[in-house]
Amino acid sequence: MRWAALLFGYAFLYAPIALLVLGSFNDSRLTTAWSGFSLRWYRALLADEALREAAWLSLRIAALSATGATILGTMAGLALARLGRFPGRTGFTALLAAPLVLPDLLLGLALLLLFVLLERTLGWPGRGAGTVMLAHVTLGIAYVAFTVRARLAGQGTLLEQAAADLGAPPLTVLRRITLPLLAPALAAGWGLAFVLSLDDVVVASFVSGPGATTLPMLMFSTLRLGPTPVLNALATVLLALTLLLGWAAWRWRPVAGGKARH
Amino acid sequence: MAVLPWAWLLAFIAAPAAILLAIALATPIEAVPPFALGWNPEPLALTLTDPLYHAALWGSLRMAALTAGLCLLLGYPMALAIARAPSHRRPMLRALVLLPLLTGVLLRLTAWIAILRDEGYLNAALLALGLADAPLHLLHTEAAMLVGLAYVYLPFMILPIEARLSAADPALEQAAADLGAPPWRTFLHITLPLSLPGVLAGIVLVAVPVSGEVVIPALLGAPENLALGRVIWDAFFQERDWPQAAALAVVLLALAVLPVRWAKP
Repeated sequence: MRWAALLFGYAFLYAPIALLVLGSFNDSRLTTAWSGFSLRWYRALLADEALREAAWLSLRIAALSATGATILGTMAGLALARLGRFPGRTGFTALLAAPLVLPDLLLGLALLLLFVLLERTLGWPGRGAGTVMLAHVTLGIAYVAFTVRARLAGQGTLLEQAAADLGAPPLTVLRRITLPLLAPALAAGWGLAFVLSLDDVVVASFVSGPGATTLPMLMFSTLRLGPTPVLNALATVLLALTLLLGWAAWRWRPVAGGKARH
Repeated sequence: MAVLPWAWLLAFIAAPAAILLAIALATPIEAVPPFALGWNPEPLALTLTDPLYHAALWGSLRMAALTAGLCLLLGYPMALAIARAPSHRRPMLRALVLLPLLTGVLLRLTAWIAILRDEGYLNAALLALGLADAPLHLLHTEAAMLVGLAYVYLPFMILPIEARLSAADPALEQAAADLGAPPWRTFLHITLPLSLPGVLAGIVLVAVPVSGEVVIPALLGAPENLALGRVIWDAFFQERDWPQAAALAVVLLALAVLPVRWAKP
């Protein structure tokens, strides 16, 4: 009974992905008729200029916005874990958590309206890759902040106190003690923000401008017209990339009591 | 330390929300951008009176409720099974629930389209087994949309329930069993009440984002299934009626914020 629930559940979660991978190696255009192993869809994928350009744009946006989200999210996480009751803490947490649960559509529409008003009054920012990046930083901050807070809550302040007692100024304590201890959380938060940015269609569709079509935007418009085997190949490549990242995160995951020696 | 993130959140979350409200009260005009700020309650009033928007509101509520129900049905047994697994296995089982979340929504929807379309895997299987004479029309139906939504949001239901069940004291169930309670009674009076906060959190985590979902209904759902996400998208991108889109977004925001406030952990 218990194993049946697990078996059924994991089959439901993974069977579609397995079929997708299988289909990408199928020589036939029809997904269901197997006509032999082939890499032709991967060759077609490499030859597709629009897809390549969109993928490159998305990777750059994801890397930069994940970095921005990590910097701001770490500050937010440190504030939540270490500052105690600073003024406006409740409002801060609510604003921080809003993009986690609210539909993406709301953030996309609201941010677009902000960008349009700013553009009209200040002439900045023009809509395009830059605005998508600003939006994705906003989307990612919470993931980093809550990962950092969880890590800090689990490790106490003993080491920081010891460093301060030995005369280290606060910035040195942050640089030599707190941040190195946080490294696994920072890596995990960066990875989450990166994946999130690489996966977002809705927010990007609103805030992007002409000429800046991200990979998910392109995939969405192609999928609306109907699936193609090239898309299966693209999905398989993305899947391999995520699995690699996920495996790395699992391999070097923080084990309780393993990293921070007391 | 808190200053910079505070400023960012005020600029990119609080300010846009205020602007959204302001533009919901603006007047649509033929210009770039297509609105004139002012006091025009008409778009907001229309969201409550227009039959199309009524249908969209109900469509969103129905979609959110059915998806949450489906996720609960599929997710609860799984959460229970993971929580009852030996503790050294649990991190791996949990990671396997989380992993699909990292593999992109569009990627997983590509997979479901390949399964459900007229010449897809499911129809091929049904035809081969003699369960259907002609390919069934499965894609672009409400059922396909709900399966896709449940598939994408299932991990958000499993994880909070599993966390609650794993944290519960096993001695309680043991005691009930020792006192002669049959398994179903133990479940109904001990296990289920203990997991209820997790169930509630799971329902909010699924229902709230689903109520404004655009991508999954567009790719898997039927054209006649209306929901707030779609009418906002259309009002904005097709009709270019920004005040109306903003007014509908305000309704969606109100709808989404209420349960989050109510189920605060």
